[in-house]
Amino acid sequence: MADPSVRSAPPRATARRRVLALAAAPLLAAGGCAGPRERADAVGAPATPASAPATLPRDPVRAALLLDRVAGGASPATMRELAALGEARWLDGQLRADPSAPMPAAVAARLEAMPLAREPLDARLAELAGRRRAFAALPDEAARVEARRGYQQALAAHGREAASRTLLRALHSPAPLLEQMTWFWTNHFSVFAGKLDLRAMVGDLEERAIRPHALGRFRDLLGAVVRHPAMLRYLDNERNAAGRLNENFARELLELHTLGVDGGYSQADVQELARVLTGVGIAVPGREPALSPSMRALHVREAGFEFVPSRHDFGDKRVLGRTIRGRGLAELDEVLDLLVEHPSTARHVARRIAAFLVADAPDPALVARLADAFAASGGDVAAVLRALFDAPAFEASLGTKFKDPMRWVVSAVRLGGEDATPADPTPMLGWLLRLGQPPFGRVTPDGWPLDEASWAGSGQLATRFEIARAIGARTPARLGGEVFDRAIRPRAAPATLDALARAGAAAEWNALLLSSPEFMRR
Amino acid sequence: MHRRTLLRTAAAAPLAIGAPRLWAAPAADARLLVVFLRGGYDAASLLVPASSPFLAEARPTIAVAPPGAGADGALPLDADWALHPALRDSLHRLWLDGRVAFVPFAGTRDLSRSHFETQDGIERGLPDGRGGDRRSGFLNRLAAAVGGAAPIAFADRLPVAFRGELAVPNLAVRTAVQPAVDARQRALIGAMYAGTALERPVADGFEVRETAMRETAGDAAAAEARATGRDALPARGFEQEARRIGRLMRERYSIGLVDVGGWDTHVGQAPLLAARFGELGRGLAALQDAMGPAWARTVVVVVSEFGRTFRENGNRGTDHGHGTAFVVLGGAVRGGRIVGEQVRVARETLHQDRDFPVLNEYRAVLGGLLARLHGLDAARLDAIFPGAVPVDLGLV
Repeated sequence: MADPSVRSAPPRATARRRVLALAAAPLLAAGGCAGPRERADAVGAPATPASAPATLPRDPVRAALLLDRVAGGASPATMRELAALGEARWLDGQLRADPSAPMPAAVAARLEAMPLAREPLDARLAELAGRRRAFAALPDEAARVEARRGYQQALAAHGREAASRTLLRALHSPAPLLEQMTWFWTNHFSVFAGKLDLRAMVGDLEERAIRPHALGRFRDLLGAVVRHPAMLRYLDNERNAAGRLNENFARELLELHTLGVDGGYSQADVQELARVLTGVGIAVPGREPALSPSMRALHVREAGFEFVPSRHDFGDKRVLGRTIRGRGLAELDEVLDLLVEHPSTARHVARRIAAFLVADAPDPALVARLADAFAASGGDVAAVLRALFDAPAFEASLGTKFKDPMRWVVSAVRLGGEDATPADPTPMLGWLLRLGQPPFGRVTPDGWPLDEASWAGSGQLATRFEIARAIGARTPARLGGEVFDRAIRPRAAPATLDALARAGAAAEWNALLLSSPEFMRR
Repeated sequence: MHRRTLLRTAAAAPLAIGAPRLWAAPAADARLLVVFLRGGYDAASLLVPASSPFLAEARPTIAVAPPGAGADGALPLDADWALHPALRDSLHRLWLDGRVAFVPFAGTRDLSRSHFETQDGIERGLPDGRGGDRRSGFLNRLAAAVGGAAPIAFADRLPVAFRGELAVPNLAVRTAVQPAVDARQRALIGAMYAGTALERPVADGFEVRETAMRETAGDAAAAEARATGRDALPARGFEQEARRIGRLMRERYSIGLVDVGGWDTHVGQAPLLAARFGELGRGLAALQDAMGPAWARTVVVVVSEFGRTFRENGNRGTDHGHGTAFVVLGGAVRGGRIVGEQVRVARETLHQDRDFPVLNEYRAVLGGLLARLHGLDAARLDAIFPGAVPVDLGLV
């Protein structure tokens, strides 16, 4: 596939070994004591200002394939970064990305202008609850309808804001792997924004519960999600109380979030876990529960979350063979520890990550290797990803995985490069809706499927070709520029190049490129 | 009781494959639409076991009111069963016309109570355990077995039931199709995919869109005409989808599947279900209307992955259960009957003291139905539902 005319391209195997050798090593300071091979790669990095900055990595075809897989698409900017740092250091930096690191200034300004950045979730929920009370109390029917419409518009704005944040970051973040994994976990812990007032919560779920832990410890991630009002409302746990059990969340927590459906739990485990989860719910704005002094000590209320002891079942429970002594919210942490330490969870999470980043049906040996990395690191996501990037199966799979709509749309826009002003995500939301994968729009808690069979149907392809025209017409120039010439063209099939050669204006050329078989895969 | 005994006897008779068929639509002309209610709908609210004293005890706040309780009361079907009142103008009319049958206590042997596991299992249609080709679904195998079949999935994504060797197109009917890619570009795109694994779906995608555009072109005009009427609201949701499906199946497609979601009612289910059943019924009526003369050769099967707990939970909802009820309707259906193995609904007869039991395994029921509808012999039926013993409920 690689064009022989790309003279400086090192053989694949060498490139991979370099990644492996360095990915496991401590981070080298830029321009520091890099080994000889690494120094060769770092030509053009800030440490060697004398030479002209490289705009493309030495093996651009391979670099673009790697970025398609781990960064959501090759953009001119990420190609430059990769050229400057070399693959190993770029990847290592991605794995260590700081979720609180700033975005590019123009993107940061857009994000900070959004209400979510300034408004704590509990205040937002209180405001919405106040509106609901207010319009219910209106005596006049017409006024009630009007107030309800205003409320719905506020909710819709919150939902658009959340989806726009996701897309802006997916396009422009200096840490694209972090954004990819944020999407992955948001999908792993999928909630549906269309339920009740969840549109006001999903942005916060991503921002404060998921993204900070997307490359961190799975236990921290799980703990944050399990306490988030969006999840507690979506899976009805706010209604789950002693003597009035609702097992919805307990079941999905075992089946989808931790052990997996074949993970070795029973209906009795579901019911016992549901008892552990009694009283775990959402703070009602402006209302404190009436509690006896002994219960008051066990009451927890923070950022929209609330544990109400008087709704909790204080009996002992038996989950997965372990007796959980009834004592309040501490039971939940004990059970989450138990679930995270369970070997089925390591396997389930490993399989899900491999299905996202390697292949639809990942090799069991690879899954076992990643599960070992999960267990050995105490559930460290970055450690699992290092093991994954290290695996020959990862290398061999580059360019073969079919893109789901999010990957396809984002990679198409990324290929167009970044202007001084960030892209407007609004049209992208429309495209994702038409392609059947709107952000936070999965109705069921299993998250979007990521396999080819789900997304390569005739209807999906026809819609992609239509949207390719819309994307292609957004820019007067051909997409990709040098990235196309040096990273995509060399591996394109003759039929694709032939079709491109017959294209009329740039808009049509772009539409054909985005419609090509090569662009459907990552 | 007498009637039930009779039906049970009929149900127990294995399908006499190869025997002369008394009533079956010509195989080539038959239309089959599977409506999959995703989320596990509460069968006990649709097909209400009205004669069971246990119903009110198990569901103190959410039981559908018995027949005779005014407009909110269930619509009696026979001495034991009644229909949710939201289906008065749709399924109940079909019942009176003898064009809808119900199969209570239907479902799978799967006990995971997982939506996703159970849905996938049903769509694959394989025996319990790991046998068979897990990459193909039963509707794909059916389409391959029926000569001249034109299958289609009315969905954003190709459902498991239609995956497999035969290339089956899919089309989202939520939104109307608009023209976008011109003929020259279609040819250029087609050339890029020539000889690749996606060649066929790419070609199908263009073809299906042309057909859909042709057949649903009247949408906008029809909606406008309705909106000018005093009391008419434009069709929405499933009703609108079903109308488009009806047009496409009347003209072009013979085996279809459509998903209807929103049935996972863990909380406050009574008002939710009244709305969902109403929409489902309006959709099925719209489908019948749009199918025109093809309705006479049509069978619609409404299925769901499982039923829900017979007792209500702590939140006026229900949790994941086991046995469900299938609804079989259409111009080709011998309806007005409640068929299959049955049992008195009582505490003692619940499965695991919790759910409806499964007495009518879905592969046996659907196998028997499809064998009749499409005139399939034992070998072809075994390719669709390997190892299943079809049961003839005389549905067509």
